Amino acid sequence: MWHYINLLFIETYKILFLLIPLLVAVAMIVWLDRRVWAFVQKRRGPNVVGPFGLFQSLADALKYIFKEIIIPASSNKIIFVLAPIVTMTLALVAWAVIPFSENFVLADINVGILYLFAVSSLGVYGIIMGGWASNSKYPFLGAIRSAAQMVSYEVSIGVIIINVLLCVGSLNLSDIVMAQKNLWFVIPLFPMFVIFFISALAETNRPPFDLPEAEAELVAGYQTEYSGMMYAMFWLGEYANILLMCAMGSILFLGGWLSPIEIYPFSLIPGPIWFIFKIILLFILFALVKAIVPRYRYDQLMKLGWKIFLPMSLIWVVLTASYLFYFNLLPNN
Amino acid sequence: MKISRFFKTILMIDFLTGLFMAIKEIFKSKKTINYPFEKGKISPRFRGEHALRRYPNGEERCIACKLCEAVCPAQAITIESTEREDGSRKATRYDIDMLKCIYCGLCEESCPVDAIVQGPNFEFATETREELYYNKEKLLENGDRWENILEANIKADNPYR
Repeated sequence: MWHYINLLFIETYKILFLLIPLLVAVAMIVWLDRRVWAFVQKRRGPNVVGPFGLFQSLADALKYIFKEIIIPASSNKIIFVLAPIVTMTLALVAWAVIPFSENFVLADINVGILYLFAVSSLGVYGIIMGGWASNSKYPFLGAIRSAAQMVSYEVSIGVIIINVLLCVGSLNLSDIVMAQKNLWFVIPLFPMFVIFFISALAETNRPPFDLPEAEAELVAGYQTEYSGMMYAMFWLGEYANILLMCAMGSILFLGGWLSPIEIYPFSLIPGPIWFIFKIILLFILFALVKAIVPRYRYDQLMKLGWKIFLPMSLIWVVLTASYLFYFNLLPNN
Repeated sequence: MKISRFFKTILMIDFLTGLFMAIKEIFKSKKTINYPFEKGKISPRFRGEHALRRYPNGEERCIACKLCEAVCPAQAITIESTEREDGSRKATRYDIDMLKCIYCGLCEESCPVDAIVQGPNFEFATETREELYYNKEKLLENGDRWENILEANIKADNPYR
């Protein structure tokens, strides 16, 4: 009996130890996003609250907490309230399997990458629920766009993951990182990394693929009817998802917690720091892309996903597989 | 032509050029000012918050001619006047509804004695509507507070009138 209670407490502590830094990181990443965006446009960005404006997101969150939550009279109230909760929960739950170093992982399950993929696919539900339950035209259109977009880009992300798995021979995320000990996958699979990055932009509804919330045509897409804390939860989930995509990118292609070169000054820095560093680097790229590219038209977006990325990644699967087979490099052989 | 375009697309040359430019822009100096802590330059003709001025001896300039009241396109100004013991006409009431005011500057233009002026202050937002119904005391107080700048501005703008 006591054993189980003890176990429960330990697990809870572990989860809190992961969750609280994660939420803080999300707040910081929002600040970084706005700051990079501003700097590219030669503006200053948020710089008043706290040193360099670091606490801006905290101030925003505080504001959202005190704002009134408006639930439209004609909405489906249960689903309307549930939608942001689903979005945020799914975005946070996925972090359970992300390994920060060899033994610094909450749940070291053997099908980590499948779990990650499944949870990020479920993210569509939060958006669809929000858009549908609002019972209003713009959220509905935004939700439909978002669903179509996320489903089509998930296909190519899945195929890209197959590429990596072919080289690793395991679905465990720690194994995927350890397989990159000698050579990061970004070098042999560079085109796949690029496609993964662009698909990740589409998957997280970031510019240039932010059609679901295209403010010029759809007000704010599926978030139009949301206000107060519920809006903040959508926003939190969105940025947690972006961070997750960055983490996925650095695990699959940039060698997770491994340092770039195993020589003296670099090998001293602990793994988690390298991992966080890589995530931030990828995120800065996300933010820069937001600042420089115009939004895609909807048919262009679909064309890019189905007619270019999917065939390309499929061809690359064949190439990788035949290369590995021909030179007898297949893992677990 | 087509082949070069193909390679341009595959290698994402345009995108990389843009990315490179964006990274270069990050390190350039900012074009915006750090507003509440540093403020932009304001022209002497700037039409901001109103003020009623006084003569150096403390006498109010306003002679209650009501030209500003007549010219005001928003009808934001209300003036009442009486005759004083020395026979001069003075305003007993001078109200400006700052919510009606469109900051056109016609009151300042019409004033024969430079009494009503629009100063450089534009940060007079309030939390209630009532605070923006300015009366004579408030306007005179504004005049006293901004007198140095107001005088300098009138002097600076004088050659162009």
